[in-house]
Amino acid sequence: MLAKRIIPCLDCDLGIPSGRVVKGIEFKQIRYAGIPWELAEKYYLDGADEIVFLDITASSDRRETMVNVIKKTSKNVFIPLTVGGGIKSIEDARSAFNSGADKVTINTAAIENPELINQIADRYGSQACVVAIDAKRRDGWFECSIYGGRKFTGIDAIEWAKEAEERGAGDILLTSMDRDGTYDGFDIELTKAVSERVRIPVIASGGCGNPGHILEVFQKTKAQAALAASIFHYGKYKIGDVKNYLKEHGIHVRL
Amino acid sequence: MIAIVDYGMGNIFSIRNALEKVGADVKVTSKAEELGNSDGVVIPGVGSFGDAMKQLLPFEEKIGDSIEDGIPFLGICLGMQILFEKSQESKEPGFGIIPGEVIRLPNNVLVPQMGWNEIEIKKGIDLLDGIENGDFFYFVHSYHCVPENREMIIAITEYGTEVVAVINRDNIYAVQFHPEKSGKKGLLILKNFLRSTRC
Repeated sequence: MLAKRIIPCLDCDLGIPSGRVVKGIEFKQIRYAGIPWELAEKYYLDGADEIVFLDITASSDRRETMVNVIKKTSKNVFIPLTVGGGIKSIEDARSAFNSGADKVTINTAAIENPELINQIADRYGSQACVVAIDAKRRDGWFECSIYGGRKFTGIDAIEWAKEAEERGAGDILLTSMDRDGTYDGFDIELTKAVSERVRIPVIASGGCGNPGHILEVFQKTKAQAALAASIFHYGKYKIGDVKNYLKEHGIHVRL
Repeated sequence: MIAIVDYGMGNIFSIRNALEKVGADVKVTSKAEELGNSDGVVIPGVGSFGDAMKQLLPFEEKIGDSIEDGIPFLGICLGMQILFEKSQESKEPGFGIIPGEVIRLPNNVLVPQMGWNEIEIKKGIDLLDGIENGDFFYFVHSYHCVPENREMIIAITEYGTEVVAVINRDNIYAVQFHPEKSGKKGLLILKNFLRSTRC
């Protein structure tokens, strides 16, 4: 049986040459957390199942910085590496793969150009294509947003997840905008709704404040993975401890 | 020196980094004639069976020679599947070094299998030194290998059906999972492979 995955997420500001990991609160305030490849290696040694790098910079020379971050990371980190933020074309995806990424995650570009999902999946395989959805609660539905939460699309998150699956996405990285950075726990209703409507793995994201939240999302939804940033960044919880806790509560994890 | 065969299918970055991490002197090569001078040959692989066989055609003879010469060989994922006679994925025949075929994963599970799955060891061999029953490895595949001779099966995993995870015959080793993406246990397998070579 496949193990449930624990995925630390590193939001990277690539505006400086080495890049740095930061964490926003509700997509806004920023706090410094460390150097990307150092944190990634620490999480790998702690037992992370996968690492996600998200570029949250707006500068133009970031692609080169991200390539450098991936190359450095892949020298010492031997689990799947996912890269996202600013991937707009098959060429951007190629440069990520050629520097050592195993998967790319696309959000804005996928909504603006859904064909990009097909292109990446056809060329590199479904397992290499993660579609990220930033969902905002509305009255009775969830709306997809793009540009890091700055623009709303009118698109229903569940319908979009289904389309992404049909086009060849291998995972859905589902972030609750309402919960992101709050530490109040994952949005169970959102995660349940999406994970029950697609046949590909859903990665729950946004709001994780303690190991109990991860347990809750695995017990109450069909999410295959949980993504968290802050609870790991500031040393509050170690990944290995979280996995032990999950195992004690009957969740199938890799120890 | 360990030769990694670069046949233009996906990146060989990870496997090179992982082998170097465990102390191997690595050469990435796209020239068949260089295989003869190596102490070990690794065929990685992501992609489709048919494309891989077309790209590997120039290597077929040299790979066969190096295996006959007793040079340790490690096939990873698609690099395992191409050793077999045929695959349901393609009309292209495989190398046929190992009797048997490659078939699609069953319909009762999500295909591809993608993620960490645990292995059950059927037979202890040097390649699995330090590896225990229930250790997890990272799998990404839609097809799996069915060897005619079940004696070759070293470890399996469960994914809708029994999936062969590791095979061995003499100096041929092959794994369906990705040791280069399977954390410390994956590195241990690469280290064990390295030890089986003269390096």
